[in-house]
Amino acid sequence: MSLDPATVRRIARLARIGIDESDLPALQRELNGILGWIEQLNEVDIDNVEPMVGTGHAALRMREDVVTDGDAREAVLSNAPDAAGPYYTVPKVVE
Amino acid sequence: MTYLIEGRDGPWELVVGLEVHAQVISQSKLFSGASASYGGEPNTHVSLVDAGFPGMLPVINRECVAQAVRTGLGLKARVNLESRFDRKNYFYADLPTGYQISQFTHPIIGEGAIEIELADGSTRMIGITRLHLEQDAGKSMHDQDPVRSFIDLNRAGVALMEIVSEPDIRSPEEAGAYLRKLRMILRYLGTCDGNMEEGSMRADVNVSVRKAGEPFRTRCEIKNVNSIRYVMQAIEVEAVRQVEIWESGGSVDQETRLFDPARSETRSLRSKEDAHDYRYFPDPDLLPLVIEEAWVQDLAAHLPELPDAKRQRFQDEYGIPRYDAGVLVAEQATADFYETVARGRDPRLAANWVIGDFFAALNRTGRTIQDSPISADALGGMLDLITDGTINGKIAKDVFEEMLESGESAAEIVERKGLRQVTDTGAIDAAVQAVLDKNPDKLAEYRSGKDKLFGFFVGQVMKAMAGKGNPALVNEALKKVL
Repeated sequence: MSLDPATVRRIARLARIGIDESDLPALQRELNGILGWIEQLNEVDIDNVEPMVGTGHAALRMREDVVTDGDAREAVLSNAPDAAGPYYTVPKVVE
Repeated sequence: MTYLIEGRDGPWELVVGLEVHAQVISQSKLFSGASASYGGEPNTHVSLVDAGFPGMLPVINRECVAQAVRTGLGLKARVNLESRFDRKNYFYADLPTGYQISQFTHPIIGEGAIEIELADGSTRMIGITRLHLEQDAGKSMHDQDPVRSFIDLNRAGVALMEIVSEPDIRSPEEAGAYLRKLRMILRYLGTCDGNMEEGSMRADVNVSVRKAGEPFRTRCEIKNVNSIRYVMQAIEVEAVRQVEIWESGGSVDQETRLFDPARSETRSLRSKEDAHDYRYFPDPDLLPLVIEEAWVQDLAAHLPELPDAKRQRFQDEYGIPRYDAGVLVAEQATADFYETVARGRDPRLAANWVIGDFFAALNRTGRTIQDSPISADALGGMLDLITDGTINGKIAKDVFEEMLESGESAAEIVERKGLRQVTDTGAIDAAVQAVLDKNPDKLAEYRSGKDKLFGFFVGQVMKAMAGKGNPALVNEALKKVL
């Protein structure tokens, strides 16, 4: 698998990372290097092998349906750079 | 009846699939202990998990899983004992983590089906592809400030069930019937309140058109339609738009569109051109969700009776027609009301009164069955008076109106107003004789063969007795004399 410059540009846009056209060749080389390295895994035959998600038999622990959290607006908004009253605010996003 | 769109070059068939987002009824959120209730002060039903603070880990709510399983069972669908959670990545201001936790490759519920019924009485099965659990996003407000959008995260992290249908729907009517039936099942199960106005049930509509016998053509997705009527309208106008494109030699682009009810048109959401590139990957914070067969069976054993089963039982047990049974089971509260009225009484008489005069009275007074001015027991009490001959059916209508007005019991009204049916044959015979004496000409006509006048005499006698005569006895007395 090999990424062309257009795909690298697209991945950056989806991740909202601004990149310079001049950085494209280097990024393309790096990403392709990573992909090539990972692709070595394809050499292993995993037919009929269940996906392993960890060591030992692990499953999600569930909690009971009770309200134990929330009602902490100050803490929730504590890192907001531009809170307005009880709200977060962001530069206007209208579709 | 087949629904076809008449194009210039002949008829086109409609193909529709629906994705319904149904908010799960639970106390707390899917992955945090914050309240899931509607309408709190802004940002008070928010934990640091929901706000996407670094290092916060999701822990799944058992009840939300149970609700998904109940819904799956209600849709006669396969329950997957092992399912997984994935991250669906996109950037939007009301999604603090930058991803929605959802289930992509391994949903908790697999294939099922819903039977829908159409206006002409025909039924069709609509396949369910899957149901999966996911988080809701927060709410953005764009009208509070000229340059800023305001964000409230109260809804962020509340559990949703996304219920995806097969592309089996072939007309706007079928889409409406599917949504109504799905909502009915969810309400019976108590897994979602189905309230589309408050947004606790919303639909994404996939529409395409094709010539008969063709494979599927490109579809468009109309996002976030929030009423059944709008879903039906959106399908209609979108299908016409697509037919026009194909017939003018163009091709339909797969894209996301919005329905504008005011202008009755769909519009492209160009800003979402990357919207389907969600780069799903397994959520590394969450192990597989594994549930026990025994637990599923226990949930199944405690499911309420569902609408289809209840309708069948009403037909079998009460001997009422399929249509009437369908009307009575549309809401669980109505079905319960009917059963209270019918218990120990004539079930057909009960059905006629509940569907007829009682529903009409609710409509007229703008009440619902929950705050009905006449209780099921009070209505039943009135039916008892009909059955034991205390009042006749005609007087019953007046008594019913009076009950509606005064809230008194039927027995009280009958006593107070002296509406007891007259069964004294002496009084009836006297009334019959008086009517005959007053109408010698009609009597002569009747005797010369005009049988139809019998009804006239019955009416006159009843009128003379202020409606209180026992109709059977009046008939009998008349027959004897005539």
